[in-house]
Amino acid sequence: MMKLSRYVLYDILRSKVILAYTLFLFIVSISLFRMEENNGKAMLSLLNIVLIVVPLISMVFSTIHYYNSYEFIELMLAQPMSRARILLSEYTGVALSLLSAFFIGVGIPVLIFSMDSTGMAMIFTGCALTLVFTSIAFWASVKARDKARGIGFALLLWFYFALIYDGLILLILFAFSDYPLEKLTLVLSALNPVDLGRIFIMLKMDVSALMGYTGALYQDFFGSFMGMLFTTGIMFLWAIIPLLGALRTFKKKDL
Amino acid sequence: MIRIENISKKFKRLQALDQVSVHLNSGKVISLIGPNGSGKTTLIKCILGMVKPAKGKIYVNEMKINGDPSYRQRIGYMPQIGRYPDNMKVGQLFAMMKHIRNASEDDLDTDLITKFNLVAIFDKPMRTLSGGTRQKVSAALAFYFNPAILILDEPTAGLDPLSSEILKEKIIAEKRKNKLILITSHILSDLDDLATDIMYLQEGKLQFCKSIDTLRRETGEPKLGKAIAKIMKNQLQPSSWVDKVLEIKPEDDD
Repeated sequence: MMKLSRYVLYDILRSKVILAYTLFLFIVSISLFRMEENNGKAMLSLLNIVLIVVPLISMVFSTIHYYNSYEFIELMLAQPMSRARILLSEYTGVALSLLSAFFIGVGIPVLIFSMDSTGMAMIFTGCALTLVFTSIAFWASVKARDKARGIGFALLLWFYFALIYDGLILLILFAFSDYPLEKLTLVLSALNPVDLGRIFIMLKMDVSALMGYTGALYQDFFGSFMGMLFTTGIMFLWAIIPLLGALRTFKKKDL
Repeated sequence: MIRIENISKKFKRLQALDQVSVHLNSGKVISLIGPNGSGKTTLIKCILGMVKPAKGKIYVNEMKINGDPSYRQRIGYMPQIGRYPDNMKVGQLFAMMKHIRNASEDDLDTDLITKFNLVAIFDKPMRTLSGGTRQKVSAALAFYFNPAILILDEPTAGLDPLSSEILKEKIIAEKRKNKLILITSHILSDLDDLATDIMYLQEGKLQFCKSIDTLRRETGEPKLGKAIAKIMKNQLQPSSWVDKVLEIKPEDDD
């Protein structure tokens, strides 16, 4: 497996997009920590960047990479190599490069300036989101035959998870504001990895004190060991299910 | 070595392959001919597992093809249009294939690399190569691992006469080693001195698969092109395609 991934990684490193992404994250993180006198504030700004930029870049980069390595995939198909192995090697290569970019760009500054439970939660969420959105992007690109449709589909999914979903939740909360919705919102948050990540990090911050009763309930849940397990489990499912879907489609596809 | 049983494949409305059954043995050069879009490449891709047939079974060395990729260890494939990673250099491509296939240095067949003088372009990226050079790389790669089965899709298209001759000599040399070679081509004069059997596909249907000697005997024609034309005219629906091939080659008429 790693044999093929090595060539995928090699190909990715040559394109320098990952280098630019790493540099961008690193500069943003460092400047945020330098500008804000309070590290907590910097973490809050960084949180928004992590939740918006990481899914977007993971999706767009994975989709474009998949279509660009179509020739490579074609070449490998004529070799004694199973389709699952080919796709998983591609996934490993892309995910590894995106993960290391995130770790160098955001992880290291966070470890230097704010090494506490919030910082750890941030690094964990960023890594999980990278894996989740790379999986989703792979599924979208295996499903769609041409490049334009694949990238369009990936962008649409990103819009949905980053923006539209929050709007829908607000709508539900307003419409049913007379009822106790704490449990429901907990479930709804699990249906969107970005939201789940946001709540997970926010509750580790001081600002969670401002969220009143709901905040207290969440704090109770996410603060516990069970909450940790819940977040990790849901993130894992979000990464593994689209990847399995992509594998299934890829195995049946005519190439 | 390859047994195909009732393969059918449909692309949307187009019936690419329709109940094709055939048995191919080693030591033969089988040339797969037919008009454009008659399903030749689809049949090849089915054997390689790139296209999944809707119905039917394919056996390679008595092993049914169903997801286990190990049978491809023994197949060398030269695609019609070779597409390679753009950034990769020619030398890296060969090194990578060797690494991926776990091949040892002694098993490699570098004959074509030497004869086409590909070492001279080992440090050129694949994207800078011309169509013909790319074709040479594809050919060298197909023979590289000394496979028992060779599948060549339009091998001589785009090659200059000298390289084309080198490749043909190589095919004949491999035939003597008791390998199974499957060639598709539109240039019938090329196949005259190579092929031992002719397999004719039309609109996804296998019209016939006969040895050249049988064809010659049945038609009384020594030239392959004429023999096929005669058969097509006599027993099957008229194929304007064969006539066209003959028109381009007036020197064949005597």
